Amino acid sequence: MAELLQYLFAGLTSGAIYALAGLGFAIIYNASHVINFAQGEFIMIGGMATATLTAAGVPLPAAALAAMALTMLVGVALEKFAIEPARDADVVTIIIITIGASIFLRGAAQVVWDKEFHSLPPFSGEDPIRVLGATLMPQSLWVVGVAMAVIAGLWWFFNRTLFGKAMLATSFNRLAAQLMGIGVKKVLLVSFALSAALGAIGGIVVTPIAFTNYEAGIMLGLKGFSAAVLGGLGNGMGAVVGGLIVGIAEALGAGYVSSAYKDAIAFVIILFVLFFMPNGLFGKKGVDRV
Amino acid sequence: MAKLMQARTGGLALLALVLAVSPLSFANAYYYDVAVGALFNAMICVGLNLLIGYGGQISLGHGAFFALGAYASAIGTSRWGLPPLAALAGGGALVGLLAFALARPILRLKGHYLAMATLGVGMIIYIVLKTEAQWTGGPDGVGVDPLTLAGFTLDTDRQWYWLGAGLLLLVVWLALNLVESPVGRALRAGHGAQIGAEVVGVDTSHYKVLMFVVSAVLASVVGSLFAHKNGFITPDIAGFHRSIELVTMVVLGGMASIFGSVLGALLLTLLPQFLAGFDDYEAMIFGAIMMGTMIFLPKGLLPSLLALLKKSFGGRS
Repeated sequence: MAELLQYLFAGLTSGAIYALAGLGFAIIYNASHVINFAQGEFIMIGGMATATLTAAGVPLPAAALAAMALTMLVGVALEKFAIEPARDADVVTIIIITIGASIFLRGAAQVVWDKEFHSLPPFSGEDPIRVLGATLMPQSLWVVGVAMAVIAGLWWFFNRTLFGKAMLATSFNRLAAQLMGIGVKKVLLVSFALSAALGAIGGIVVTPIAFTNYEAGIMLGLKGFSAAVLGGLGNGMGAVVGGLIVGIAEALGAGYVSSAYKDAIAFVIILFVLFFMPNGLFGKKGVDRV
Repeated sequence: MAKLMQARTGGLALLALVLAVSPLSFANAYYYDVAVGALFNAMICVGLNLLIGYGGQISLGHGAFFALGAYASAIGTSRWGLPPLAALAGGGALVGLLAFALARPILRLKGHYLAMATLGVGMIIYIVLKTEAQWTGGPDGVGVDPLTLAGFTLDTDRQWYWLGAGLLLLVVWLALNLVESPVGRALRAGHGAQIGAEVVGVDTSHYKVLMFVVSAVLASVVGSLFAHKNGFITPDIAGFHRSIELVTMVVLGGMASIFGSVLGALLLTLLPQFLAGFDDYEAMIFGAIMMGTMIFLPKGLLPSLLALLKKSFGGRS
């Protein structure tokens, strides 16, 4: 029982990060039908920037805010200079562009920082909390808590603010939204800034647990993509559920089956789901037009 | 003369000429080594382009099929003492069966879901190769003997170059013929308007499955050759990067352009050689070139170049 609880804690923690990454994919996908393979690099930049700033003596909250601002700037630049000019290109072409961007950002991180691992001190100590025989690190609570706050904030933004609703409208029908006077270009920019911010937040809270380096974003990005697809592309809640499923399945698999196959388990689940539900768990069925 | 202007004959002749003449500029064995790498990539990409460019399907997992072929040859020859050709054929058959079994459920998916599924298949194969160390040698990799065909051992890069060049011509010729055959027409119809094609009686999924299997088997066979040529393989050849690299070559060269794939494979294999002097900036420049090419030439290098040529010669051809 204690063992199971321990695995669940680990799964929820990584699941919360995957959920944030998955939401990042979903928001950009909704606004532009682009899958941004540089999402993982947003996570990496957020973590790396915060780690170096705090190491230089900047207090954590200020460092975190600055790292978020930097990541959002990168996100906006990516949209402005790489996605916007290629609006009408093929899906595969845009995938290659975002993969090129992720390679570029990794290379830049390697130049700006280095190839070493960086870490952050845990936000509130390292004394483990005992729960029913399992131990819980305070940082895990931070990860899950921040993720929940962010998800709640996003829900409020998309359902209660005018601009959030405009973004949703754009995702349903771009042309109709445009005709209603919604600035579709602005929606695109904001979606990239928002996704970058989500990535940065994920990167910042996870860095005290999992160290970060210039390549840290690759796997996190792939897991985020998995989460978004599992839940059904473009479905925000789906991405969150997908992220938690991937995280928990991985932790249970690593614990009970084999830690070497931890990463494979997530992909097996996704293949299985896609074989039976080609649009993910909560995805809309696409309509084909001749 | 008119026949020479056609892609099928003229292009093939030009490719043969380039392949025959290029070694004149090779200063040492290293040039041959890099060139063989380009030839191998070109073969895989021509196959992959049949799937991506003509079939309209994306695969982010072909690196894994390549790796399965390589490991089939490594394990088959050194452990089971199979003749190299038998191991190569066995690997190809195995990958063909695997691809066939996966194709129906996978190709039912569309767009990004398909990308995710092929990515997942590739990752699973990669992790299996990395983990099952008693078979594959694990992350440290495994050694492979040189290729011996009918008592003749290929042990220099120069010999490999000529074998690779001959095989590439064969693959390109087969692909060009396939594209102009009823299969190719059916594929393009399915790519252009799937439901439209189905309504007029084209079983599009049948052809997509065929292309998936063909491209996977081709990748596997080239993987076998690569294993013998390189003499050493690690699971990294099945990794996400390898699969991405292959797709990038296809898209960079030009989707639905057989010769474009050859060009894309050549350029992307050579690019790191030119960037080696930039040390830490290598990845940045590589990424920037990838992005820049796709932004400014979204149709890929060769189709964009040809369009430019056509324009400047007054559109006579």
